[in-house]
Amino acid sequence: MSTSETLVPLEQVVIKFAGDSGDGMQLTGTQFTNTAALFGNDLGTFPDFPAEIRAPQGTTAGVSGYQLHFGSTEIYTPGDMCDVLVVMNAAALKMNLKQLKRGGIIIANIAGFDAKNLRLANVESNQLEDNSLDGYEVYKVDVTKLTRDAIADLTLGTKEKDRCKNMFVLGFLYWMFDRDMQTSINFLNEKFSKKTEILEANLRVLKAGYAYGETTETFSTRFKVEKAKMPAGKYRNIMGNQALALGIVAASHQSGLPVFLGSYPITPASDVLHELAKYKNFNIRTFQAEDEIAGICSAIGASFGGQIGLTTTSGPGMALKTEAMGLAVMLEVPLVICNIQRAGPSTGMPTKTEQADLLQAYYGRNGECPIPVIAAQSPSDCFRAAFEACKIAVQHMTPVILLSDGYIANGAEPWRYPVTNQLEKIEKKFAAPSEHGEKFMPYARDEKLSRPWAVPGTKGLEHRIGGLEKQNITGNISYDAANHEQMVKLREEKVEKIADYLPEQKIDSGKDSGKVLVLGWGGTYGALKAAVKECIAEGMDVSHTHIRYIKPFPKNLEALMKRFDKVLIPEINNGQLIRIIRDRYLIPAIPFNKIQGVPFMKGELVEKIKEVYNTK
Amino acid sequence: MSTATLTAKDFATDQDVRWCPGCGDYSILKQVHTILPQLGIARENIVFISGIGCSSRFPYYTETFGMHSIHGRATAIASGLKASRPELSVWIVTGDGDGLSIGGNHTIHLLRRNFDVNVLLFNNQIYGLTKGQYSPTSEENKVTKSTPYGSVDHPFNPISLALGAEATFVARSMDRDPAHLQSMLLASYKHKGSSFLEIYQNCNIFNDGAFEIFTEKASKKQETLMMIHGQPLRFGENNEKGIRLDGMKPQVVTIGEQYSTDDLMVHDETDLNKAWIVARMFDDVHHENHLPRPFGIFYRGERACYEDVMQKQIDDVLTKKGVGNLDKLLAGNEVWEIH
Repeated sequence: MSTSETLVPLEQVVIKFAGDSGDGMQLTGTQFTNTAALFGNDLGTFPDFPAEIRAPQGTTAGVSGYQLHFGSTEIYTPGDMCDVLVVMNAAALKMNLKQLKRGGIIIANIAGFDAKNLRLANVESNQLEDNSLDGYEVYKVDVTKLTRDAIADLTLGTKEKDRCKNMFVLGFLYWMFDRDMQTSINFLNEKFSKKTEILEANLRVLKAGYAYGETTETFSTRFKVEKAKMPAGKYRNIMGNQALALGIVAASHQSGLPVFLGSYPITPASDVLHELAKYKNFNIRTFQAEDEIAGICSAIGASFGGQIGLTTTSGPGMALKTEAMGLAVMLEVPLVICNIQRAGPSTGMPTKTEQADLLQAYYGRNGECPIPVIAAQSPSDCFRAAFEACKIAVQHMTPVILLSDGYIANGAEPWRYPVTNQLEKIEKKFAAPSEHGEKFMPYARDEKLSRPWAVPGTKGLEHRIGGLEKQNITGNISYDAANHEQMVKLREEKVEKIADYLPEQKIDSGKDSGKVLVLGWGGTYGALKAAVKECIAEGMDVSHTHIRYIKPFPKNLEALMKRFDKVLIPEINNGQLIRIIRDRYLIPAIPFNKIQGVPFMKGELVEKIKEVYNTK
Repeated sequence: MSTATLTAKDFATDQDVRWCPGCGDYSILKQVHTILPQLGIARENIVFISGIGCSSRFPYYTETFGMHSIHGRATAIASGLKASRPELSVWIVTGDGDGLSIGGNHTIHLLRRNFDVNVLLFNNQIYGLTKGQYSPTSEENKVTKSTPYGSVDHPFNPISLALGAEATFVARSMDRDPAHLQSMLLASYKHKGSSFLEIYQNCNIFNDGAFEIFTEKASKKQETLMMIHGQPLRFGENNEKGIRLDGMKPQVVTIGEQYSTDDLMVHDETDLNKAWIVARMFDDVHHENHLPRPFGIFYRGERACYEDVMQKQIDDVLTKKGVGNLDKLLAGNEVWEIH
């Protein structure tokens, strides 16, 4: 370490890695994230990548980014603006400069700013040379050349050598933020255990990046972000889809019920299938179906057979599953339907996030067709939400829709994971034949209004169910007018009754009553919390509450909202929860909507809260 | 109730059967109820799953577990049930609309996966429940409510479709031949793997007589070819005719003139190439010199069943890794502790 350098302490930092989609920016980002997490920082991440696997190289369409916010304080979001922007080419700079704070650091790979790259990025002049970056601290590094030099003696081809350049960047940032390289060294050792030369190349380039920082006099400043003060316990880093899969495994474990997942690959939900497919020794069966419809239908088959049926998808897949969801409502079998929302309509923007499938989940089926809806609010919270979804499905004999979104599905955060004996048991109840030989009544109901789960293989319980309207209690086909009305009401009442078993809605930040209540649901949790905390710190009378149970709502929600003068409902859609709230409680809630395929920034929320707060 | 004492009556439910009087479905229901006691399976271990259509009312009339699901999806639902509960005997009841049109995709994928289930496809070449539109098996130029000037669709040959989908058991029978239908139902059941049984079924309301030429005494022997494994392909009033291969092309010959029975094609259920030849004997019966329509088992092959391979994979992982430890899984590979 050179003696002239200074180590600047920072509370929190936002870094964005941006490059071509083939540059390995997602890997660089996740490696830095894991290292920061293991060190003990709190963090939030936001991977942002194009839908195309290999979009045209060098163009703005092909820019892939990974934003990481880490700190020694509590972190709730991936950060609004970046402190450090790493750009591998001109297109990446063009797309991300507006997100860099004034005076922020730019680390640019100059090889990505040659004439060809400038042309592909469609920029007239090289920003690294034309003084347009004057307000920033710019470090120009020939990453490509330095990478090649570090492994000049290896026999790998130039293409393979160039693929290591993300490791140079990673090594350099480890130096800049005073981080240990061991986590990434371990990762590389495992990933390339069978490809010794590629392993050697990656390790060398990683270390070369670190050494470059150490030995080059250009860089005199390093940063130190101390460990965060988080509640005591054991932590791991986790992404939303991973946590969701673990929640399902835990629900299986705590209920003693096998899980059957029927799923068709779709962005951004496929990772749940990928995860669960690994857990064959955890009583989980996964079935990659021929289409979305077969995904849910196969799961219904398993539910009928006495297992937790599960299907995972995103908006377009939900549309295809709609009819089968209606069947599950009629059959009254435990089924969990996970929608990892993305921007729609139609194919929309597959890799961009949105909360616009709420009304679809709530209403989007033929007939009066109530299904409980619950939402996950952060990457690690996907665990709890998935567990809850299974629990409600099994205990109330109903399909349940679990809403997540692309942002929390792919985002990562530290997770104080639970141990098995902290998790509650999920009681299940299979029907048994009557001791006195009475005929089995498949649609008789218990105190929860749920019907018996009578699974094939149980002697004496042979019965037929289906999508046609049933006679109350017997389950026989019935077109009787009064019976249909009664059954519609019973199915609705059964779902509403779940509220008797739900926890009350709580205030997350702020007082129990006051001037403005910021009410959110789903993946906006971190941003709303950060914004409301800032407002509270400025002395404003603002509170935040975040809804997990959307259908049915917690019983005290109305009373809670009415203790505030105003209710502000920010959503990443054109106003959906607000319609349900207004319809149900007749309160003049105020909308705040963003429909850009990206999460809220704390700044824009604070601004809106202040506007609402100060308006008479 | 011991399975040995079960009779056809034990498989009837308390529900009134509501097919139109004279419908071919009655016979199929009767033959199924007749063979079920012969299987030696307890009623609670049998599941009938259907989609939508006239045929799909079937489960309501059969005293086993059952599900009358949604249009075209019985095969998909059965896939999930069989994958998760391989020990159950799963039967799928579907029709030409349900199984070949709206649910065609699931049908072909079920067959290629080779779940050990039985698909009974009631083919009446018409949409009955929606009151008389043409189906994907209706003949060309069919005049129906939705095709007043005749259908411009070309029909499926369900047997070819099943063979093309890699089915391991493909057979055809008819409602009006109880003995043959029973033997085909039993053979379907005995086959380990997906059994595809096409059953010609008369819809006496919307498509009466569609299969008359194959089922009525006057024409049956001339028009149908009853295939028997290991036997030469013979038909005709007195079995005087046979099928001879001219290269790969089947032709009708009369025995005793130029050819003897030794010249005839010998049926071999296990030969997929031969199965394709008989499957393609699907001439329009109105054409002169048309070939007879084959009935019986076209093909019977062996291939591992999806649910067995799935189970083996699970068992292998369990052997290698042991029963999963949830606490270890939750902790993952990289943990840090804050004190």
